[in-house]
Parts: sequence; C-alpha cells; structure tokens
Amino acid sequence: MKAPSFAYARPRSLAEAFDLLEAHGDGAKILAGGQSLLAALNMRLSTPDVLVDITGVPGLAGIRVDGGVVRVGALTTHAEIEHSPEIARHVPLLAQAVPHIAHVAIRNAGTFGGSVALADPAAEYPACALALDATLVLAGRSGERRVAARDFFRGLYETALGAREILVAGEFPLRPGYRSVFLELARRHGDYAIVGLAAHARVDAGRVSDVRLAFLGAGDRPVLAVEAGKAVEGRAPTADVVKAAQDAVSRDLDPPGDLYTSTATKLHLARVLTGRALVALVA
Amino acid sequence: MEHVIETTLTVNGAAVTRRIPTRQHLIDFLREELGLTGAHVGCEHGVCGACTVRVDGKIVRGCLMLAVQAAGRKVDTIEGLSDSGEIADLQRTFHEHNSLQCGFCTPGMLIAAQALVQERPDASRDEIREYLSGNYCRCTGYQAIVDAVEEVLQSRKSGVRA
Repeated sequence: MKAPSFAYARPRSLAEAFDLLEAHGDGAKILAGGQSLLAALNMRLSTPDVLVDITGVPGLAGIRVDGGVVRVGALTTHAEIEHSPEIARHVPLLAQAVPHIAHVAIRNAGTFGGSVALADPAAEYPACALALDATLVLAGRSGERRVAARDFFRGLYETALGAREILVAGEFPLRPGYRSVFLELARRHGDYAIVGLAAHARVDAGRVSDVRLAFLGAGDRPVLAVEAGKAVEGRAPTADVVKAAQDAVSRDLDPPGDLYTSTATKLHLARVLTGRALVALVA
Repeated sequence: MEHVIETTLTVNGAAVTRRIPTRQHLIDFLREELGLTGAHVGCEHGVCGACTVRVDGKIVRGCLMLAVQAAGRKVDTIEGLSDSGEIADLQRTFHEHNSLQCGFCTPGMLIAAQALVQERPDASRDEIREYLSGNYCRCTGYQAIVDAVEEVLQSRKSGVRA
C-alpha cells in the first residue's frame, strides 16, 4: 500500500524539533531511520499529520566512552553498533544482538534510538538495555532527564518518553569482569523473535553473579527473569543449577501466545535459551 | 507545512531536481518519476528485498525511505550498476547458473550480492545464504543464486573476473 499524505519537516536543531512537536502535538511523529515507521506508514497503521525527521539534528549520532559509561547516540545505526570497536570491547552484548536485527539493508538505516523508543516487545535493544541496567537519556525543552531502562519500558509500545521529548542516547555502564550472551529464536533469520534472551553476568572462576536475564518476545515489554537470576546467583551452572534456573523462568515469565507460537511453546523455548545462555556465559 | 518539497539528489551519478510529494517512497519516485524500473515494488514493508538500492554506498530498502529523505544523497540503482559494468561478472554468473526465472527479485538480489562480495570477500556458502536472507526469491530455491555468488567470490579473489 501507499502511505497517507503527511507534511515533512527536517529540523536542524533540537530546539527546532521541540517547536515542531509543540506546534503539532499528537499529530507529529518523529522519524529517524524509519525502518519500522515507514512500514507502518505504507500499511497505514500510522497516520501522522507531520513527520519530524531528526536525522539532520547534530550530536545525536555516534558512540563515545566517557565517565564510566558508553554513550550510544540515538541516531547510531545498527550497522555502526555491529562494527564499532568500542561496543565490541565495552558492551559486546549489543554487538551480539545486532546480527539478529532484520538484514544488512535494514541495519544500514535503522537506528538505536528508533528501536528503543518504539519499544517493540520482540526487539533486541530493549532487552539488552534491561540486562545491562542502561540509562536512557530523554531531552525536552527544559533539558535532559535520565530514566533507567527498567522504568522506561511500560507496556506494549509504551515508554516513559513524553510526547514532547526526544530520546537522544542510551548510556551503558562499563562492567569489567562481566560477560554476555545474546540468543534468539526466529522462524527465519531476521524475522521477529519468537523468544530471545539477553544475558549478562559477572563471571569469576566458573561461577556467575549479578546475573541479569532479560527476555524479548516474552511479554508486552522486555522482561527481567528475576527469580531465575537468583537461582544461579554465586553458583556454577551445573546441570542441577541450570534446571533450577529453568524452573524459575517458568515462574518469571507469562508470555502471551501469538499466531504461530503458544504460551507453552514460548515458555519451553525460554527454558531452552536459559540453559544455553548459562552454559555459554562460563564457557 | 509542505506536502510537496523540491528536492535535489544524485541518481546514478547525475543530479536530479524534482518537486516530490512527501509521502512518496524512494522506489515509487525512481520508477514513476525517473522511469528507472529496475528496482521493484514488492511487499512495501521491508521484508522482500526486491526494492534494494544503494544510498551513499550502502544498500537500503527503497520502500522504507521517503524520496525527500534522499535530498543531497547519492542513490545508485541496478541501472547504474549495470551500465558501469560494476556487476558484469555477477550478471554473467547469474545467467550461466540459471539463478533467475521470473526475474522479479534479481535486481535487488544483484545489488545485495555486490554488497556481500565487497564487504565479505571470504564468505562461506552459509554466510552467502545468511547475507542474502533478506532478499526473497520464489522461483529458484536459492541454490543457483548461491552458486553464482560463490563463483564470483572465488573469481574476484583470484583476480580473474568470471
């Protein structure tokens, strides 16, 4: 199908972008990489009055290591994250997740901020942000505020982002001594996840601690499997420990079934990924 | 607010200025305004890859980009790649291996294959399959496409063009 008619504006600064958001209220929609929004427009699932294309706003792209955090600008593309030496060194979970995002042509255009702000429950970065205890930086007319990932994702496509705010970056704390694993099951490569797992833990002499297992495709938002994390805290992932974590995952998650996959199947697959991730963390 | 914007972009090396409706995606613009019908409109939501073109040297989905977003950027289509001879070896091996039947996917497949050959000269058959998994072909079963790309990878590495 073809997109409905809309106006288009390309502000040159955040201030100009805020002017547009204030002038058009709910009729305005922010356009970054457009890899979800353009599809929604073409299918007429979204009918904005005006698109505010923020790709001309300086300072929103790029990766920087500063003050104990890795700051990923909202306009950083998936491909840039995939190939960044800083990400590979300090936040490898993000680089591990990127190959699961669609295909090269989409990764060349889609952005970190777009994925996080859209908050698709099957998306990769929201689960990574939760596993990594990231902070999201939201800019508004009166300045910036910082929201922890655990407080940012509030429901199906629902976030803490205000109507007149723009997500400008994600900040990931440096965590030496930690390891990460990203696993995802999809019907075909690049499809939306049936279920996926972003796992992050401190690993010392074969034991894991501060274990954060964040699932995607398992709820209306990314879900941290808190009980499963507790079940393995301070332990080596032996068969018994893995089993305990898998049983806990069944209590942590209540994934809604979809057209192809029932709740029971998703839970089974989440247990499978839990086992694989715990073993891989210490491998 | 503007619903039609005068936009200048470079298409296959030539500067083009047109008044473009803001809602028009890049492929409709290339096809209907410029008559470049090599890139195809398939699913129009980024799944099938038939609309793959290059923007500033990188492959993208033409259906997931507004034409007005291409302002000031360099767009290369299958016509440009074909005329310059850049993908002559891929075109030849696709022909020789019968890597197309209806041909609908072929322009997108060739542009994606060229990106693969440039970015990953050492790609294995599995990596070829993974890289091209964003381009759907409903005729060939992919085997012949992978064969053709593999042959070009080997011939370009050996310095002898297929």
